Amino acid sequence: MSENTTAVRPPTADRAKGGVTALLGSAAGRNTGLVVALVLLCLVGVATAGDRFADVDNLLTILRLASVIGVVSVGMTFVITGGGIDLSVGAIVALSSVWATTLATQAMANDSHWLVVVFAALAVGAGCGVVNGLLIAYGRIVAFIATLAMLAAARGLAEIISNRKTQIVDVPGFSAFFDASVLGVPVLVVIFALVAAVGWVVLNRTTFGRRTFAVGGNPEAARLAGIDVRRHTVLLYTLLGVCCGIAAVMLIARTTTGSSTHGGLYELDAIAAVVIGGTLLSGGRGTIAGTVFGVLIFTTLSNVFTLNNLSISAQAVAKGAIIVIAVLLQQRLARRSGA
Amino acid sequence: MSRKATTRLIAALSVGLALTACTGNTPEPAAGSGDQGGARVANDEPGEKVVIGFSAPAADHGWMAAITNAAKAEAAKYSDVELKVVEGTNDVNLQISQVETFINDKVDAIVLLPFDGAALTPVALKAMKAGITVINVDREFGSPFAARSTVLGDNYGMGVSAGTYICQELGGKSDAVVAEIAGIDSLPLTQERSKGFADALGDCGLKVNNRVAAEFTVESGERAAANLLQAAPRIDALWNHDDDQGVGVTAAIKNSGRSEFFMVGGAGSANVMREIKAANGLHKATVVYPSTQGADGIRLARLAVQGKSLGDLVEVEVPRQVELFAPVVTKDNVDRYLPTAFES
Repeated sequence: MSENTTAVRPPTADRAKGGVTALLGSAAGRNTGLVVALVLLCLVGVATAGDRFADVDNLLTILRLASVIGVVSVGMTFVITGGGIDLSVGAIVALSSVWATTLATQAMANDSHWLVVVFAALAVGAGCGVVNGLLIAYGRIVAFIATLAMLAAARGLAEIISNRKTQIVDVPGFSAFFDASVLGVPVLVVIFALVAAVGWVVLNRTTFGRRTFAVGGNPEAARLAGIDVRRHTVLLYTLLGVCCGIAAVMLIARTTTGSSTHGGLYELDAIAAVVIGGTLLSGGRGTIAGTVFGVLIFTTLSNVFTLNNLSISAQAVAKGAIIVIAVLLQQRLARRSGA
Repeated sequence: MSRKATTRLIAALSVGLALTACTGNTPEPAAGSGDQGGARVANDEPGEKVVIGFSAPAADHGWMAAITNAAKAEAAKYSDVELKVVEGTNDVNLQISQVETFINDKVDAIVLLPFDGAALTPVALKAMKAGITVINVDREFGSPFAARSTVLGDNYGMGVSAGTYICQELGGKSDAVVAEIAGIDSLPLTQERSKGFADALGDCGLKVNNRVAAEFTVESGERAAANLLQAAPRIDALWNHDDDQGVGVTAAIKNSGRSEFFMVGGAGSANVMREIKAANGLHKATVVYPSTQGADGIRLARLAVQGKSLGDLVEVEVPRQVELFAPVVTKDNVDRYLPTAFES
């Protein structure tokens, strides 16, 4: 594979500078870089925490922790690839979780099925996404501003509905389903894998995906090519909203609660994962696999730091460094390939 | 239990308790007793009208919500108190302007739980200079001139109580593994709690083997605990600083299926106390950090403005500082603390 990509690239200057950079320049190569980073991080984990890190339980813990933010990040990849941004994902997760758990904790809903909780969360997430999309596409409000407004409004609404209380859920069947494992893999991780797989197929193998690249790369050209750019934009934000709803369900399962404080700083975590994954913030280029690796890198980092009893602050510094290095590398590669 | 019913129950219980507290504090209003301070003064008798401004951080946390609710309930009990409550905020700038508004309104007293004690010190000084009685609650100002009186919880003491209890329970097991899940590490209150904990454990030859910090939210508690449980394959005792984030910590422990250790909570939520009472869960104890500090602030403000003293003290003035105790709540004494506990 690597031989192949180097061979395909015509500029000889790249070869002269060394095969590695050329390799990193290609789409597959970028992911190789992330894999290398993740492997390095794991090696640090093994070196410093040994068996405790390499333990199956620990690896599953990392995957479980990555799942919730991972689902949001996959949705975020679509929006950013489509040339947008969404700052309201954390607030939407909070609102969805609160709404769903309010339903679950009301006396009248005592005998309702746990699927009601799931659909309530998905519906609220999708609804918020639609509003974001409509404001941006038809209201012509800049995405940054529209979703900033949603960030404030959704979290405020979550606070009003929950009365700022942590709503503890005890719906029969709900925890049983989401805490279970399929062939040793936790259901939450399966959900993350499914969302990522579906995301990859949709982005790379469907008309919807091709349109997303087109809209993100050059909206005017996309419009002239016959794409309904505004409709597509609404769909992109709705898709991300649904992902937030899924993430809210997963959070309820993990914490047994809905709360207006859920999803704190998810917008930043998701954007960071998407960006170090190689998706261009300006749109037009995006990769789901890169995003998944981005999420795994951050989650593993936090795990390795905790295993070594290191502070959250030091972890934040390391995280910042990773983001800067990844983006610097990306820029270099972009310049090299003339993009 | 539905939320409404729970809220009602708590309200009823806290009013009940506060009433007993009042009567406890107030001896028979013996006719003719002078006003030379101490317990002889009938403190609850209506006096001159006192307008009190109250400002606290946003109620985005069970404990913080309880602070404001208890303060409002306390003020409602006095016909001579008019309470002005502003919307809770975590924006230091907004809180400063709230206090400035109180100064302009010429209130008699301000009860202030600052989001950041240091940042609110200048405006509190300004209020004091304007002749307003400022009562500082929970997070201390940077200057002793900024408040007439200060009501403090005992953060260091919480750590000491938790550590001492764990020492007792582990009974001299020298190789015991002790874990700690702290709150927001950058806050002085978290640092004090951790220091008290480490000091108390040190006294019995133990130390904190694994420590993580969370952010006082359920979600952060779950995340921190999930990683911590991987970091420590065996734990004997775990102290979690905050019962709100404890909901998430408990969820993570349940998910992991681990049960070889016991857990001590912090702040003292009603849910944790009920679990302690049922004695079938993970929690064996919790350390109280009273959520009634704001209410105590209201009472002190009223007394200070009316020139009364604190009941049961001989001293004729309200004290400069009241530091509350951080008791350990266990199965044996939980009934005493449950009525004033907050719902997380």
